[in-house]
This record gives sequence, structure tokens and C-alpha cells, in this order.
Amino acid sequence: MTSLAASPAIGADRVRRRAVRTVYPNWFYLPAAVIYAVLFLFPTVASLFFSLTRWTLSEATFIGLDNFRQFFREPFLIQGLVNTLIYAVVTSGLKVVLGLLLGVLLTSEIIARDYLRSVVFFPVLVSTVGVGITFTVLMHPTGGLINQSLAAIGIEGPGWLTDPRFALLSVALVDVWKGVGLATVIYIAGIVSIPRDYYEAALIDGAGALQRFWNVTLPLARPATVTVVILSLIGGLRSFDLIWSMTRGGPGFTSDVIASVIYKQYQAGFYGLSTAGNVVLFVLVALMVVPLSAVLNRREVAR
Amino acid sequence: MRNRGGTLIGAAAILGSIIIFIIPFAFILITALKDKQQASLRDFSWPTSFHFWSNLVEVVKARDYMLITALVNSTILTVASVTLLVVLGAMVGFVMQRRPSVWTGVANFLVLAGLIMPPAVVPTIWTLQGLGLFKTLHGMILIEVAYGLAFSVLLFRAFVSTIPREIDEAAIIDGAGPLDLFFRIILPLLKPVIITVIVVQSVAIFNDFTNPLYYLPGKQNVTVQLTLYNFQSMFDTSYNLLFMNILIITIPPLIVFLFFNRQIVVGMTAGAVKG
Repeated sequence: MTSLAASPAIGADRVRRRAVRTVYPNWFYLPAAVIYAVLFLFPTVASLFFSLTRWTLSEATFIGLDNFRQFFREPFLIQGLVNTLIYAVVTSGLKVVLGLLLGVLLTSEIIARDYLRSVVFFPVLVSTVGVGITFTVLMHPTGGLINQSLAAIGIEGPGWLTDPRFALLSVALVDVWKGVGLATVIYIAGIVSIPRDYYEAALIDGAGALQRFWNVTLPLARPATVTVVILSLIGGLRSFDLIWSMTRGGPGFTSDVIASVIYKQYQAGFYGLSTAGNVVLFVLVALMVVPLSAVLNRREVAR
Repeated sequence: MRNRGGTLIGAAAILGSIIIFIIPFAFILITALKDKQQASLRDFSWPTSFHFWSNLVEVVKARDYMLITALVNSTILTVASVTLLVVLGAMVGFVMQRRPSVWTGVANFLVLAGLIMPPAVVPTIWTLQGLGLFKTLHGMILIEVAYGLAFSVLLFRAFVSTIPREIDEAAIIDGAGPLDLFFRIILPLLKPVIITVIVVQSVAIFNDFTNPLYYLPGKQNVTVQLTLYNFQSMFDTSYNLLFMNILIITIPPLIVFLFFNRQIVVGMTAGAVKG
């Protein structure tokens, strides 16, 4: 887009028009398009139909909206839906707050900054299943390191993953532990790109550290915030592997989310119901992410 | 004064980072070194005796050398998918950026959809079955390509816009065709973003658990993440072996991290901030 604005000589212009047709061939789209269409688009479109059927993979009987009715009637399926929302909101909320604070901390002049950046970011690259298993052991109600440490200072820790009240939130905390590094590096990139002049002007006006954070960093790091919110919401709504490797949705169905319900129904052979879960999930993702990104991005332009 | 504040806060941050981030990794390491009995205590103590080698051998031998099969499969899967993601993603990103047309709009929309939408699982299995690709490594490779394309295209398109068109024009005047232009001139210029795509996608695909769980079931097809998942129930009482396995599959990302830290961060933030 930017290069089009360059003033072209007449000869170059002719070359360019011929060039566009012959050297930027549309068939370059083709290999990628075929793979994407066959293995992503087609199944997505097909899911709209199969979610309305009782399905054995070889045979599909049309049953109208029964699957969806079941989805919104069975208490454990509704809980999966609610849990998905809680999980997504809690994880992305914490990632924004902690990511921003860490971003500010790790762009300030402190010792061991590079070490701290590395150590916060590294968990992002580690296997989710590995992290899940490790924390399952660390969070064991009696033998786990966390509760043993708490006991040493006289606090009786909860059954992080065994108590129905805490299971989902415990997994969400581990998700934040693993994912906050990404939020942090996004904030670091955002904060570093804020021109120093703003801070200098604020200093001259006598703004304290807190005021500078509140009136300069926070508003000008807004694009980073938008990115972190949207990325972690998408990730949180779709989350499966961490929950599955830590609780399998338990105890009971208290930490089930839509993605784990989809897997359980698939394993049980209810393919139509599983696919309906999938449709519910992408309606949910679209309903939350599309309007949110529109609103967040619009305000940014208006600023 | 500013410096002393920095030191103080830094020291507090280091302490916090040790408790929150270092200890879990140290726990993995020391548990992997313990014998079965000591590991079963699940405490954070120094190993009374070191069993690195015997634990390693036992994990590798488990279930008929399943871990070796898994490492081979994961390597093939990662290398093949990432190669396709680089070449196909760069082709799309190149034409998208250079030739605005109806297709650009369509492609933009599809990239966005690919970044946001969760895949429809069972219909995908059904499609793979129809193509004879279900439970095959080929099918799995194509799945990873389909799911990773959006992100690759996003990065490539952004980077292509920094390459001046004059370079294309010079090549055209010299009589280069589309394939020459792309493979001989553009692709080498894309090297920085190619490294970013390779690093980010390899980590993602190597660590992918959900997709192989659905599309690549079966004993012959295991990937490292599936193996770990299987061992979780099998090594229920042998934490030393379970954590040895975690240690083994943490090493590849660690190596990538040590050598390509900057590219990963650039890729993840650039792709993100643009979106």
C-alpha cells in the first residue's frame, strides 16, 4: 500500500501494470487455499449441518435443533458454557493486569532485567501438558509442594484441584503462569514504542511516577492492551489441553469447558452433539471477539 | 537514588521470579534425578542418590521404545509442516501484498477467520477419513499447515511490504518469470521473517497436544505430547520417570529459546500487535 504512493515514472508504470498480471500470479494462492479450504473451511461449514443431526460418521439423521436443546438443558453442559466464560475472563483479565505491571517493571531501570524477561517468557514455550502435569503434582492437596510450603508457615492450603470451588480457578492460575510472558512481551513492545518526550513533558509538569503511569503509559499502551485482551480471550475460550491434563474437567463437571465437553462427547460417540458443541464454541468466540475488537480498535482510531 | 531503587525492586523481582518461575522448573529437574521412592514423596529436596541415566533409559525403553517413535514422528511432523507453512505462506503473503484484487479481500477475511475460529473437530475427522488421511502423519501435517497458515500469511504479508517494488521491477526487466522472481529474489530477502515463522511455528507444532489427540490416534502415530499424556496414567506412581519425560520434551524448546529468543519475541509481538 505504501509503495503505491511513490511517484512512478511513465515507463515504470507500464512495466508495473504488465508485471502485476504476470509476475504476481493468482495461482500462488492455490496450494495454500486448497489445504485451507479442504481441511478448515469445509469442515467448518459442514459442522453447521452435522450439528443438526444424530451422526455416526457414516450415517447422519436429521434431528433439527435437538442437539442444541440438549446443550442448553443438561446442567453439566450449561456448566461447561459458564465455565468457559469464567475461564476466559479470569485468564485474560489477569494477563492484562499482570502483563502490564510486568511490562512496566521490565522496561524500567532495574538490575537483572534480561534475566527477568527471559524467565517470565520461557514458560510460553514449554509443553502445556508438561506444565499441567507438573502443577498437578505441585498442587496435590497434602503431598504437593504448594500446600507443604503453606503448611510450613501455618496456613492450611485448599485442595486446589480436588475442591470443586477451586478447580477451575486453579487451572486458570496455571494458565496465567504459563501465558503471562506473552502478554508481558507484547506490553514491553508497546511501552518501548512510546516516545520519551511524553514522559519528559509529564516530568516537567511535575507528574509523579503513578501519574505518569496512569496518564501516559496506560493510554499510550492501549494497542498492546487491545492485543492482549483479544489474544487471551480467544485462547481462553478455546482452552483445552491444560484443563484436560490437569483435571479432565473434574471433580464432577466443575472444571469442564466447552472444548472438554466436545472431546468427551466425541469419545462417547455422540458426534452430532460434539459438533453442536463446536458450533456453540465458535458462535461464542465470534460473539465475544468480533464486537470487542471492533469497539476497541474504533476507539483507538478516534483518539 | 534512582539506581538504589532499581536495585531494591530488582532484588525483590528476582526473589519473586525464583519462587514463582524457577522452583517449578527446578522441581522437574530434581524429581527426574531421584529414585522412585524419593520421587514419590513429591517434595522439594535434594536427591539422596542420582539416577539420571537409569531414569532416562527406563523412560526411553517404556512401551517398546515409544518415546523414540514419538520423537521421530514429532520431528517429521514439525519439519514437514513448517516447511510447507514457510513456502505456501510466503507465496500467499507475497501476492496478497503486491497485487491488490478481489482475492486480497477474500484472503484477508480468511486470515482473520483462521486466527480466531476454533476448528470443527468431528467434521474434520470425517473429512480426513473421506480422503484416507485420518490417523496418518500426512494428514496431520496438512492439518497443522491448514491451522497455521493464517499466522504465517500475516507475518509474511507485513514483511513483504518492507521490500521495495523496485527490486521486483529490476528482476522483471531482466526477464525473470514469477517463479524466478519469487524463489530466487523475494524468498532470500524474506530470511528474517522466515526464521521467525520457523521458530514460532516449530514450537507451536512440537508442543501441539490437542490436534494429534484428535487426528492422530493409535500407537504407531504417537507424538511426544501424546506420549507424555499416556505416561501420565502409566507412571502414576513413578514420578521420577514422568518428570524425566517432561524434562526430555522441555529441552527442544529450551534450545530454541536460547538461540532464537529475539526472533520468537519479535514474531509473537509483531504478529499480535498488527492483528
